[in-house]
Amino acid sequence: MKDLTELLRQHPFTAGLDDEIINLIAGCASNVVFQANDYIFREGGNAEHFHLIRHGTVALEMKAPGREALSFLTIKDGDMLGSNWLVPPYRWSFDARAVELTRAVAFEATCLRTKCDADHHVGYEMMKRFVPPLLERLQIARFQGADIYSA
Amino acid sequence: METVPKAPVVIAEKALHTLVCELQSAGYRVIGPTLRDQAIIYDEIDSVADLPQGWTDEQQPGSYRVAKRPDMALFGYTVGPHSWKKFLHPPRLRLWQASRTGNEVSFSHDETPSQKYAFLGVRSCELHAIAIQDQVFLQAGHEDVGYRQRRDDSFIIALNCSEAGGTCFCASMKTGPQATNSFDLALTELLSEDRHEFLVEIGSQAGADLMHGIASREASAGDLETAEKLLAQTAANMGRHLDTQGLKERLQENPEHRRWDEVAARCLSCSNCTLVCPTCFCTSVEDTADLAGDTAERWRRWDSCFNGEFSYIHGGSVRSSTKSRYRQWLTHKLAHWVDQFGSSGCVGCGRCISWCPTGIDITEEAAAIGSAASPPEDAS
Amino acid sequence: MNTPLDPMMPRFLPLQRRIRETADVLSLVAEPLEGEEMPTFLPGQFNMLYAFGVGEVPISISGDPQERGHLVHTIRDVGAVSHALLQLKRNEPLGIRGPFGKPWPLDQARGADILLIAGGIGLAPLRPVIYHLLAQRESYGRIALLYGARNPADLLYHKELERWRRVPDFQVRVTVDHAGREWLGDVGVVTRLLPKIRLDPADTVVMLCGPEIMIRFSTLALLDMGMSTKQLYVSMERNMKCAIGSCGHCQFGPHFICKDGPVFRYDRVEALLKQDEI
Repeated sequence: MKDLTELLRQHPFTAGLDDEIINLIAGCASNVVFQANDYIFREGGNAEHFHLIRHGTVALEMKAPGREALSFLTIKDGDMLGSNWLVPPYRWSFDARAVELTRAVAFEATCLRTKCDADHHVGYEMMKRFVPPLLERLQIARFQGADIYSA
Repeated sequence: METVPKAPVVIAEKALHTLVCELQSAGYRVIGPTLRDQAIIYDEIDSVADLPQGWTDEQQPGSYRVAKRPDMALFGYTVGPHSWKKFLHPPRLRLWQASRTGNEVSFSHDETPSQKYAFLGVRSCELHAIAIQDQVFLQAGHEDVGYRQRRDDSFIIALNCSEAGGTCFCASMKTGPQATNSFDLALTELLSEDRHEFLVEIGSQAGADLMHGIASREASAGDLETAEKLLAQTAANMGRHLDTQGLKERLQENPEHRRWDEVAARCLSCSNCTLVCPTCFCTSVEDTADLAGDTAERWRRWDSCFNGEFSYIHGGSVRSSTKSRYRQWLTHKLAHWVDQFGSSGCVGCGRCISWCPTGIDITEEAAAIGSAASPPEDAS
Repeated sequence: MNTPLDPMMPRFLPLQRRIRETADVLSLVAEPLEGEEMPTFLPGQFNMLYAFGVGEVPISISGDPQERGHLVHTIRDVGAVSHALLQLKRNEPLGIRGPFGKPWPLDQARGADILLIAGGIGLAPLRPVIYHLLAQRESYGRIALLYGARNPADLLYHKELERWRRVPDFQVRVTVDHAGREWLGDVGVVTRLLPKIRLDPADTVVMLCGPEIMIRFSTLALLDMGMSTKQLYVSMERNMKCAIGSCGHCQFGPHFICKDGPVFRYDRVEALLKQDEI
């Protein structure tokens, strides 16, 4: 098994990040594996982790009575999963289900938040990496909301 | 039409009558200006007596009035609500009829013989308008067969304008007032207290042939000079002016100009301008069937970019605002047309100005949006 | 009877087969009249399809350009005419005028990598390109198809997509906006698929067909990859009545979509696509 910092360094999320910071955040990280159909988190649950996906596919889903779960985004190799842990009340707003065998690095949220609060430079470097995927997903949600293929 | 070098001649007013008769005996329906419903329109005339002799028109933005002249000029007015396009490019035209028996479909062509038209009193701006529509309907590979027939069969008697109207600006568009090409004959009305004659220029073999039967004399240097002066005077008295220098680029570069909103507040999107415009060519196709669904027809009718359904694609109209429709019309006419057909789509006839119910003036709007002095695009 | 010289007069071909693609999309397969050959077409061209007595609509040809035995159009049931066309039964006459318009730049693209980006019904005008690329595979570099749709049920050409996925050297990625559990593919927008495909951005020709919103955001992502607007081609859609550049309906700035398009190099329409109500 590879060293965690090495795994982190290989992930696009840490591109351009100082080794010092990688080593620092590695202290909050652990290597995790999800089997197909495992739930990584459920809507309403406490957002205590976030994940960097190394290999695999995770479907973000919503459920409605009488309908099967509806996936609105798939998260894949190199992506970041979950952002509700960033801000109170630290609660997941959808389900995340592994579609296939998925390997990821999990971060303990409280640990990471504490380190970001203690050193705002670390916090800012992390934030610069969280914001782009959030903006991208917001834009995707807008396109989906506009139902562009119906026209 | 090839140019037949033949010296200009002068004919008496009365000889014009003979000319009309000769055309009629040659099988032409002679179409000319005539007074109807307080406007000078184009329709079939039986004789010169149908021309609006002694009448003129007074035109301003949103205003057209006919009035008596102090003299007995036969062509002492400018252009009215009609243009020759209603004959060459009819407002409604059946393209074909088909009938269906089982899974077999057969077409029947309309067998009505083609009309041969002689157009009397075609202004220089209108000659240019016809040439512009030729570019649209006689495109290589997609020639409009019916249009080609009507054009080939038409005989054109042009008229050099002795007066400019209040909304005329052909001098700006370099489309007049002198008829310089594409006519069979061109008339200049020479009218003073002691004479009423026409200078006749001959532009084609057909024109020359027709003149054989008409009493005429060779034009003198004095006749030519008089005609030249008249035209110079007309050119100098245009009611409107449009600066075309750089106009195309500036219109194409300013789709967000504030002026589009301002003009849209006045525009009723009524499509009058496109109907009176001698170059506007847009049409719609209507397919119809009888109740049993056994016979079907295809009709083509004039359409307008000011109509909502003009730009309809499943889901809605692309141009739903009046602003976008006016912008489409003006930008097409004065700018995109150049890219599409090699010339402006405007001949400076002024019809769209006179017949706009709210008096929107194309020269004013073009100047506001497209002149060098126009404000830059809103920086916000 | 069926040799009209008038460009406004349709010819009639018997309908041979109807293929249901999705809940509201069918492909109509017409066959040539006995003893006659099907007119040739280039990928990207369209025909005006006429439903007897009802009307006419522009529809891209979605079949194989090499296949002379039949003519295929894929039609979505969105209006009175398309609805009437989709009611046609076997052997009933389908009115056709065409083909019209400028094709996809397949000749100019020889030797280059090819990326096709399709959205919704926009896969139909690109399918002839796919047939062409697969038939002349050696003439092109790497080839890829990214296809986005609303949901798995709205995907066109299911079986062919499966077949294309198995073609070596053909990168096929499909994504949908929403999906249920049965869908094992991607959910998201087509641009999310771009990082997954291999091609040389400096030597790639991209052909895009789909909703204008998709075209705009896809081109931005392609430009971010280092491509130029001159490498991108889009197929445009507007109201059309004559298809020969004389009715005025399909104008898009200085262009007539029917004869200057429907396929345009992106730099020629980029500014217009950014304006409202052009």
